[in-house]
Amino acid sequence: MEKTRANTFVEEVSAVPGGEGIRLCIQCGTCTASCPSATRWEYTPSGVIAMIRAGMRDEILSSSSMWHCLSCYFCTVRCPRNVKPTELFHILEGLASQYGFKIKETRTPAMYRSFVSSIKGNGRVHEFGMMFRYYLTTNPLAALKMLPVGLQLFSHRRMPLLPRKVKGKDDLSKIIQKFREVRGG
Amino acid sequence: MKYYAYFPGCSSEATAAGLDISAQAIAKPLDMELIELEDWTCCGSTPYGSLDELESIAVAARNLALAEKTGLDLVTPCSSCFVTLSKANLHLKEHRELMSQVNEALAVANLEYHGDVRVRLLVEVLMNEITPKVIATKVKRPLNGLKVAPYYGCQEARPNYGFDDPEFPLALDRLVDSLGAEAVPYPLKNHCCGGSLVISEEDLALDLMRKLLANAVNNGAQCITTPCPLCQTNLDAYQSRVNSKFKTNYNLPVLFITQLIGVAFGLNSKDLGLKTNIVPPQKVLAQYL
Repeated sequence: MEKTRANTFVEEVSAVPGGEGIRLCIQCGTCTASCPSATRWEYTPSGVIAMIRAGMRDEILSSSSMWHCLSCYFCTVRCPRNVKPTELFHILEGLASQYGFKIKETRTPAMYRSFVSSIKGNGRVHEFGMMFRYYLTTNPLAALKMLPVGLQLFSHRRMPLLPRKVKGKDDLSKIIQKFREVRGG
Repeated sequence: MKYYAYFPGCSSEATAAGLDISAQAIAKPLDMELIELEDWTCCGSTPYGSLDELESIAVAARNLALAEKTGLDLVTPCSSCFVTLSKANLHLKEHRELMSQVNEALAVANLEYHGDVRVRLLVEVLMNEITPKVIATKVKRPLNGLKVAPYYGCQEARPNYGFDDPEFPLALDRLVDSLGAEAVPYPLKNHCCGGSLVISEEDLALDLMRKLLANAVNNGAQCITTPCPLCQTNLDAYQSRVNSKFKTNYNLPVLFITQLIGVAFGLNSKDLGLKTNIVPPQKVLAQYL
């Protein structure tokens, strides 16, 4: 049987651990009603799930919707069908990044990238370095606005300027590199 | 003495220094030995999982493999590390192919994971293993008269890796009660503070924080207590931003639950890292310190 467009995208999403529930959605809207950021989404959480089912791959992956997910998991614990919407939104974010979709409406993707780059560089998140990179790559002027918060954290010994040396950093890099080879092959 | 493999989490080295300091400080009087997992790396984290779920599981797995070698439960004070490590643990156990791929990757660092680690949140250990009853016996300065808003945030109870009710969590209320303080009931106690999106979507997060602060204060709270590094940093460090945006004048100290327990145990301000708190808690706690 030839695969339809919808089939392919549903399969792509459900193949990632946590995405298996996509076929169970009954469009009751509980996820949207439970979402503290739903008003900011271009398409509502339940709308996004319907769009996955309809195979609207590029429309979803180019939208800023799921990037507003706060990972509060209210939708996940309330879903009567155990769809795990939070996991679905993370999966969509991952696919959007993987395929290089550029999102203009929110800086969350840039923030996440700064976070992950800090992990890869240090083995642990170095919060100052992460913030520095984030503002540098998005809007350096906005950093000025946040300076008072940063200074407060710094003066209360909560924002060390240099990362700690983590012995396992190199091992972690090797593990990540090997995992890429293994999953790719 | 009870022994645990201890996973402080990255924020313990920066924004949540007070959580790590106070967790270690209360361990001794509770006969807990928190043995820091040697050479741990990032838990995998929500941002990593959002950009690449599978790779973040491999990142988490390094810690799980290290913990498995100790034969101890892996305890973290951080709600977010708890969810990330639990999720990776579950996915690895449920997806055999993923487990074997991850093990192939771990082998380059001479590590292997079999799926035998129990990941636990420190608050859960305090509730279920240490128990509020025993905690109450260690109290030297009962926090009588102190009205505390227990703030659970999201990941203490959601999704369901843990132990507490996702809609009506009670662990923090019980712990606060055991110290002699009064746990103030308020409806938003398990709602979201905005998490890390405070960085990229500040307006959204400040609005959520304003509601939380208002709800706690309107129900008589003199301070907030939480187990979560992100929640504490948001409500503490960004409280002044809430005030300037909404023309409010909240001045509500936000203590880690481990700090509050430590105060009741008679530990001093330095041992509990109280100087790392931005909204100063000293006035509210004056009679107990």
